[in-house]
Amino acid sequence: MKRAFVAILQRDLQIAFRRVSELANPLLFFIIVASLFPLAVSPDSEHLRSIGSGVLWVVALLSSLLALEGLFRADAEDGSLEQLMLSPVPLGVAVLAKVTAHWLVTIVPLVVLTPVLALSFSLPVGVLPVMAFALLLATPTLSVLVALGAALTLGLRRGGAIVGLLVLPLTAPLLIFGTRAIDLGLYGESAVAPLYLLAALAALAVSLGPVAIAAALRVGVE
Amino acid sequence: MLRAEDVAIWRGDRCLFESLNFELKSGQLALLVGPNGAGKTSLLRVLAGLASPTAGRVLWQGTPVDALPPELRGAIAYRGHLDGLKKDLTVAENLHFYAAIWGGSADLSLLPELKLEAQTHTRARYLSAGQRRRAALVSLRVVASRLWILDEPMTNLDTDGRATVVRWTAQHLASGGCAIVATHQPQEFERPGALVIEL
Repeated sequence: MKRAFVAILQRDLQIAFRRVSELANPLLFFIIVASLFPLAVSPDSEHLRSIGSGVLWVVALLSSLLALEGLFRADAEDGSLEQLMLSPVPLGVAVLAKVTAHWLVTIVPLVVLTPVLALSFSLPVGVLPVMAFALLLATPTLSVLVALGAALTLGLRRGGAIVGLLVLPLTAPLLIFGTRAIDLGLYGESAVAPLYLLAALAALAVSLGPVAIAAALRVGVE
Repeated sequence: MLRAEDVAIWRGDRCLFESLNFELKSGQLALLVGPNGAGKTSLLRVLAGLASPTAGRVLWQGTPVDALPPELRGAIAYRGHLDGLKKDLTVAENLHFYAAIWGGSADLSLLPELKLEAQTHTRARYLSAGQRRRAALVSLRVVASRLWILDEPMTNLDTDGRATVVRWTAQHLASGGCAIVATHQPQEFERPGALVIEL
């Protein structure tokens, strides 16, 4: 099972690196939208600092949505999804491998980039580690949620917008705990509690999510 | 090995077929024939466990195909209209992937038999439809399943490719496997003892 997990992970990474342009899209979207805010709202650093963490979180949510809403579409179109379903590998394991691969190539760069963008919102440097850590804990949950949306809308021709409608309301806890962690960091207080909650959500999503996604895929392919 | 009991498939409010019963034994070939829209593909997907029948059940060695434990599932191979190849991977990489997932090793020496040796390191994106179908057939040999479910395997193949499909199927049956093939040219597979299922 481990061998199969590694094989699927490797395959998806290999494909992703052969299609770098698609890989860059969500990242560029993230950079551009986040840089529009200082232009549109006000360049006043006091003002930017107060909206910064919220804006970055929302834009990160939207970029992940963009990055993962088509997670299963290519596989469904070329038949490799139905082959995975018929393979001796439990579908949940295959799903987890795919989500992990896409999290690594699309979401991790985004997490790395966030502290840089945070500086343009005049967020103090001291809060950046908390922000990166919160994002690192929240994005696995987010990826699983978006993958579930992608699996549920597999049969639809234009699934993108519906994935957003399905998934974004469910991301509210991530947003609340994520921005809370940064606010606590801003006030110089310990941000451990919201980070623990994000970690708990991630554990829940990564363990139960693949089973739900696999079930949704079976319905979608039928 | 494979048994269909009272299988019925409905598409919306239209019945494609009802009370279909057959049993496929080791070494036996079943040919599925019928006009377009008769439900050949639907039946094959049900037999492979990708879809559930509206009524009845399909058993592989006594277990319903849609509830097979993972170790038994590899015994059934399905090749439908989609080739199951990743377009951004080369033929060899695709075959190695199949080998890694199904267990076993990718035998690249099969490629010359289908005249694909020059395309071994070509990405599937740059293959012709016929070449992709050939690569899909090689992947079928890589996974070493007992039951082959083939949906119009001759599509896009030239005379030579068709002959290989027939030869490989015969070898597969001779080694104790069984196969069910949907085709519009059943005479190509002409074989004593073959079961013909007409929809």
